[in-house]
Amino acid sequence: MSTSTVTPPTRGSRFTAAAANYLDERTSISGAVKELGRKIFPDHWSFMLGEVALYSFVVILLSGTFLTFFFDPSMTEVYYDGEYLPLSGIHMSVAYHSSLDLSFEIRGGLLMRQVHHWAALLFVASIGLHMLRVFFTGAFRKPREINWVIGFVLFVLAMAEGFTGYSLPDDLLSGNGLRIIDGMLKGLPVVGVWISYFLFGGEFPGVEVIPRLYVLHIMLLPAILIVTLALHMVLLIVNKHTQFAGPGRTNENVVGVPILPHFAAKAGGFFFLVFGVIMLIASFFTINPIWNYGPYDPSPVSAGTQPDWYIGFADGALRLAPPNWDVHVFGYTLPFGILVPMIALVGLLVVVAIYPFLEAWITGDKREHHIADRPRNAPTRTAIGAAGVTFYAVMWAAASSDIMATHFMLTMEGVIHTLQALLFVGPVIAFIVTKRICLGLQKKDREIALHGFESGRIVRMPGGAYIEVHEQLDDYERWRLVSFNDYAPLMIRPNAKGRITAGQRMRAALSRWFFEDRIVPPTKGEIEHAKEHGHH
Amino acid sequence: MSQHDDEATGSAVEAHAPREVSIGTAIAPTDAVENPGMPPHRERVTDLDPRKDRQMSRRVVALFLFSILASAFAIFAYFFWPIDVSVEGFGTIRQNNMFIGIGLAFALLAIGTGIVLWGKNLMSGEEFVEQRHGTRGTDEVRAKVVKIFDDANKESGFGRRKLIRNTLFGAIAAWPLPAIFLFRDLAPAAEPHELLRHTMWEKGVRLVRDPDGTPIRAADVTIGSAFHVIPDNLGEAEHLLDAKAKAVVLLMRLNPAELNEREDRKDWSYDGIVAYSKICTHVGCPVALYEQHTHHLLCPCHQSQFDVANHAAVIFGPAARPLPQLPIEVDGEGYLVAKSDFTEPVGPSFWERER
Repeated sequence: MSTSTVTPPTRGSRFTAAAANYLDERTSISGAVKELGRKIFPDHWSFMLGEVALYSFVVILLSGTFLTFFFDPSMTEVYYDGEYLPLSGIHMSVAYHSSLDLSFEIRGGLLMRQVHHWAALLFVASIGLHMLRVFFTGAFRKPREINWVIGFVLFVLAMAEGFTGYSLPDDLLSGNGLRIIDGMLKGLPVVGVWISYFLFGGEFPGVEVIPRLYVLHIMLLPAILIVTLALHMVLLIVNKHTQFAGPGRTNENVVGVPILPHFAAKAGGFFFLVFGVIMLIASFFTINPIWNYGPYDPSPVSAGTQPDWYIGFADGALRLAPPNWDVHVFGYTLPFGILVPMIALVGLLVVVAIYPFLEAWITGDKREHHIADRPRNAPTRTAIGAAGVTFYAVMWAAASSDIMATHFMLTMEGVIHTLQALLFVGPVIAFIVTKRICLGLQKKDREIALHGFESGRIVRMPGGAYIEVHEQLDDYERWRLVSFNDYAPLMIRPNAKGRITAGQRMRAALSRWFFEDRIVPPTKGEIEHAKEHGHH
Repeated sequence: MSQHDDEATGSAVEAHAPREVSIGTAIAPTDAVENPGMPPHRERVTDLDPRKDRQMSRRVVALFLFSILASAFAIFAYFFWPIDVSVEGFGTIRQNNMFIGIGLAFALLAIGTGIVLWGKNLMSGEEFVEQRHGTRGTDEVRAKVVKIFDDANKESGFGRRKLIRNTLFGAIAAWPLPAIFLFRDLAPAAEPHELLRHTMWEKGVRLVRDPDGTPIRAADVTIGSAFHVIPDNLGEAEHLLDAKAKAVVLLMRLNPAELNEREDRKDWSYDGIVAYSKICTHVGCPVALYEQHTHHLLCPCHQSQFDVANHAAVIFGPAARPLPQLPIEVDGEGYLVAKSDFTEPVGPSFWERER
């Protein structure tokens, strides 16, 4: 600190001080700034994925608000009289008409539509990647299980927002999407037909569904999404961010830069970068050219149609069901061809939502975990994640089964049968391979921590022998490799009544499955021993 | 490197001993490697060289100025590349989209890059350490909270006056029930599954081309051809699209020798001409693709395939039932007409379908 010569306050600083005083005397905001202003955020590139989601959501709100000024969700039938001649005189809904008008007659309207759509695609993608980051680093462990569930709800809400928004222009493609939803709803036992009937305000397609989806899309879902997002952020601050293991970083501290100014600068700047990249994409690349599809009509359809990418896994799941799978029970129909894919989808999502609680039950570990795992150091979890990703990816690929068949000159049947087999075999292979790779990497880490790495320098000894010199790690580098949690399989013990419960057996079996194959982190003794040994 | 420093981190740091909690099946290491502590801080080039520092600050200023220019360009583009489809054609939309977009994109990217460069190179690069507190409230606070609930319970009698409490629960549970009924009128009064059993087709309704509405003479349907068909009376429907969504039909003529018909449906076709619902029995997409030489219909949504030569049986894909067949005949003038409505509901399977 310099010996401060008191500088007289300038006009600007006097104003700032007065404004701050005015605000604080009315809001007590100084307490919040004191608490949060210098809060420390750790740094890692993967922590930006959630930020991308947050910022693309802001972009969605901004561009979406612009669109609402011009879009009219009515399903009243009109004849097209706008600028786009190929559709002249065609019968269409006001919703489709106004979507065309805001694209073709409002300056910057198409740009905002494309910004909105691209940002939505990026929003769901970044949420997905963010979830994978949190999963593979174990950042969902205590105390963050609840925030994982909240984040999961955000993921589902994002997909719901995407689907409702996608349906609004009432073009041929989105209309067929709605028709598929209608078919899936009708397949639900007991209430299916009624749910579809209520949603569409009568028979499909009716004249109600677009205004209803519009209210969901611009009011109800965003309101829930914003509240959920706020909760997510509050818990992020309460729990503080996880950090990766590193020298000086412990489970009891956070090492990083303070919110003001450094983190705010990086995050604020990053918002503009995300917005700028979306804007750049939207100015050069067409997305959802609804004028090519025409208005919705239940009769035509084009080949090779694709949903937006995040609905792909649901569409693909439908394609993988075997033929002729209606089951009749007491005269009622259960369309398994629709129900089983829906159960698979819901099942996948449920497993994702409850995974943190499962793992916590298996390990029985009640400590707080603030150090993010390197994926290799939790081989079974990483393998489960890889299996889940593979399961999702196969369903997602199935949504393009026709495109794959036509582009690669394959038979449709061959593609589907391969994917059907992969749906079951793929996750198993992914599990085994991933687990082996993780264990291999752990062994390599252990080897390097103990004996250093091969320097590539060959030395000839006086006696004529050749050795390769191993370069030792310094303490800082070694710490990254050796600091991780180690678990052993659960030993079954009888409880107080002398019995072994089924729950215990189950937990022990899962625990064995999780932790049977494990690489123990090197101890201090081992490292010292290796050092002595290394010097001969 | 400053160790945690109340002034700097702003957050109160209290020395706390972590609570003893179960570590489950984790191994508590007895001989763990020790954390070596923070490595020495490394200065950045802008910390060491004032020239680099000045250079970087000039760069940041240049980026912010460039951003202002780009914003101005976006406004300029708004006027200079207006949309003028009727005179200049569709290129004007593309230009309008692209040039406004470029202006906005570079304005944003320059701000973002400038701020990030400022943050990473010119702001203090020092890392701080802040202690975490256990998420759990302290025992004192928790004891106070327990006392608050105890007092509230005593003062209100919430636990003691069970009848009051339970009737309140009942009332609150019953209160939303009317809302369920209020939603009944989301759709008109009718049994929805009954509506699914009827379409616009009835005896004598002509099969006409979709979308121009011209009738089809049996003689015009050559072997191997396929027609997209709607009922002639579709215009009378209250809601055209609702009616069309159930009534669309595909008409094909096969060589009668290749057509394998069910005994009870021999008179549903006319000289090798058959009509099937175009609505997929899977989830309702239009089954629009007809492969002439195999007589297969393919649904482009989920690739269900139906064999027209074999009463539209499902031969591949997720569909569960054959496409419903529309019985047809020829009227006095030689035009194709329906003999009746479909004899089963068209489209996807549903719970009450077989009732």
